[in-house]
Amino acid sequence: MTTAIDTPQDQGFRLSQLIYDTRYRSITIQVIAMLAFMFIAAFLVRNTITNLANLGKEIDFGFLFNPANYDINQRLIEYDSTSTNLRAAMVGLLNTLLVAFMGCILATVVGVVAGVLRLSKNWLISKLMTVYVETFRNIPVVIWIIATMAVLSEALPQPRAFRGETPSASMWLWDSVAVTNRGTYIPAPVWGPGSVFVVLVFLLSLLAIWAFNRYAHRRFEATGQILPKFWINLAILFVPTLLVFFLLGRPIGLDLPALKGFNFQGGTMLRNPMLALWLALSFYTGAFIAEIVRSGILAISKGQSEAAFALGLRPSRTMNLVILPQALRVIIPPLISQFLNLTKNSSLALAVGYQDLRATLGGTTMNNTGRELECMLLMMLIYLVVSLFISSGMNIYNKSVKLKER
Amino acid sequence: MSSQNTPLAYVRKEMLEQQPAPRGQVGVAKWMRENLFSGWFNTALTLVSIYVIYSLLKAVLPWAFGGVWTADSLQECRTILNDLHGNTHYACWAVINERWNQIVYGTFFPSSEYWRTHIAFVLLILAILPVLFDALPRKMLWITAVYPFLMVWLIWGGTIWGPVSVALGFVLAYMASQFAGRSLGSGLTGLIAVAVALIWWFFIGPSVTSGLNKVLPLLHLQEIQSRELGGFVICVIIGVSGIALSLPIGIVLALGRQSDLLIVKTICVGFIEFIRGVPLITLLFTASLLLNYFLPPGTEFDLTLRVIVMVTLFSSAYMAEVIRGGLAALPKGQYEAADALGLDYWKAQRLIIMPQALKISIPGIVNTFIGLFKDTTLVFFIGIFDMLAAAQAIRANSAWNGITWELYIFIGLIFWICCFAMSRYSQWLERKLRTDHR
Repeated sequence: MTTAIDTPQDQGFRLSQLIYDTRYRSITIQVIAMLAFMFIAAFLVRNTITNLANLGKEIDFGFLFNPANYDINQRLIEYDSTSTNLRAAMVGLLNTLLVAFMGCILATVVGVVAGVLRLSKNWLISKLMTVYVETFRNIPVVIWIIATMAVLSEALPQPRAFRGETPSASMWLWDSVAVTNRGTYIPAPVWGPGSVFVVLVFLLSLLAIWAFNRYAHRRFEATGQILPKFWINLAILFVPTLLVFFLLGRPIGLDLPALKGFNFQGGTMLRNPMLALWLALSFYTGAFIAEIVRSGILAISKGQSEAAFALGLRPSRTMNLVILPQALRVIIPPLISQFLNLTKNSSLALAVGYQDLRATLGGTTMNNTGRELECMLLMMLIYLVVSLFISSGMNIYNKSVKLKER
Repeated sequence: MSSQNTPLAYVRKEMLEQQPAPRGQVGVAKWMRENLFSGWFNTALTLVSIYVIYSLLKAVLPWAFGGVWTADSLQECRTILNDLHGNTHYACWAVINERWNQIVYGTFFPSSEYWRTHIAFVLLILAILPVLFDALPRKMLWITAVYPFLMVWLIWGGTIWGPVSVALGFVLAYMASQFAGRSLGSGLTGLIAVAVALIWWFFIGPSVTSGLNKVLPLLHLQEIQSRELGGFVICVIIGVSGIALSLPIGIVLALGRQSDLLIVKTICVGFIEFIRGVPLITLLFTASLLLNYFLPPGTEFDLTLRVIVMVTLFSSAYMAEVIRGGLAALPKGQYEAADALGLDYWKAQRLIIMPQALKISIPGIVNTFIGLFKDTTLVFFIGIFDMLAAAQAIRANSAWNGITWELYIFIGLIFWICCFAMSRYSQWLERKLRTDHR
């Protein structure tokens, strides 16, 4: 019997197989892609070398260790104008991280509150939150930053308005916070002798809370009894610390800002550029987070809450034990990218003159030294590393709340 | 017998008239009780929101509606307000009335040529409409195809021959692919088409164009340099070009990231992660400061073009991630079904995968578009004269020194209208394309 199928004859390798044979085609494409990539890279590098040679420059990071010769008014670590450019870059990086960190916290709070309230049965508040979200989402963040800065520097009272018999402005929170158009003054802690113990006790009580929660969870698993966790946690958090604080004779004091001469003295001054950047970024990102939270909660099917009610769970427990754990899985991945966006948007500090990484390394240092290439490359690298850190950190958290599938 | 003796207390002979529902259970009262005052917490929320709305309106409404619309300077504005209200706590909209063309067209755009931007804008809407609504006649897509060349001619001026020559490159490439496609495979055809277009654009086209310009300067418009563009016009130019270009690049990057080819995948992942890891502002600074290092010595490259390239690359990386999400959300059966039908990679992508993946990712795609459009404000920082720069220039002018709110509210409103329209469109499209759970 003859078969219709000819046994393929081994003709050896033909050149056309590189294009028509799927076994070889992928290799061909990859080789071409690799060559094209290397060609473009070589082209760029060669141009850069030629251009640098024409300008008489060479790539040299030595300028990082020369004195910076400029001042930075907002700083978290010691710095003066004789410090090195590297130190200036560090100050800038810390400023970027500071505003990003505070922004992420405030944006999350604002976003969660707005997102939950938007789902509220209360018609008025849900519409109000809709207006907030739509207004902030649809206007560029740069405009918000500039507008917030304008509010802070134009609508707030000058320090001299606090002076006199009948001042036109007054301090907030029992004369401890002064909001002026130069900046906001808040009390600064003064660490007296013995304050170490207070801090130590506070840290220990945090540890105790963790241990107590573990114990309560185990007890619940074993016996089904529920302890009043919230109140006990609150007690552990505050009682021992306050006890030690008063027993040691109040070692931690507060340095309150007070009006002296033309300006406020004492306390910590939060400059307006930082406040403007922080508030604008937080409320802008908060609008996005509100949408994420809302869609996360809506993504949980109604059957879940109905099932929880059928089991006799109270609404608060339904939220905590059934809805939130599931909603978090939907919420976290987009939340990570919002945190990243906020961190990257903090480089818009340049609209208000907050001295972040871009303003120090990519701004004054670059202009003073004329090393555009090195500064820009270094700055991009730092932003890249920060982004990767944030996303990997949040991914670890995401893994911990993810559905455990087998 | 006994039943007769038992007296019935009451027997209804006729039904009662139907009564209206109690007053608390209908209309406004019921609605308010259910929606606004259904508990102490809700009541508190309602009262707080009423207070917030009241104080906002109290601050904004008199300020906005008591404003002055005609004045030559802030000084004059304040004088008028003092006469009217006795104080100056009111808006001075006169700055918008006086300077709106600076915000819309930029400072340097010659006012005799404004009509060109108007025509370009109307044509832009005509070109976008058939893309947005498929109920419109498909012939309108020709406007869309011609529009990019027409827009370049209208905005930058010169004769018609430059854009025509570029368009001719595309036509030649198409003809070459039709001609070669009969005998050759798809890969080679594409290569030949690209080669034909490149040869035309770089070697034959320029000389033909300059020749035609000399011999027959047809439809010559006054030439406008890129640095003369500004305001809302430049914002729309950058935004629309970025949007139109970032989608195809994003699709290619997403496919590259999903592909089995290791090297292609690595290059795409590296590109996407790099772009997404750095702020746009650093990329724009790279475009304005460093690009001269990377290009051959003596290359002059228009700043607007550089910005468009950078903005496009930036949003195409985000687009790639959005589309990757859509690709990942497709059930594996769709890929397998396409393979089972014997479709090759590109046909499977074009006919089966992409239509579904793009549909899933519409909200994300439009969000990226909105983000890109908002990000056009950042070009202000590298010296392009957009709306924010116009606002700054107006504020620096001695006549209007000290004005803030009116300008930023105007600019913000322009952005708000554009972005809100985009997001509403995406919601409409999403509803229209929804095929499940009808």
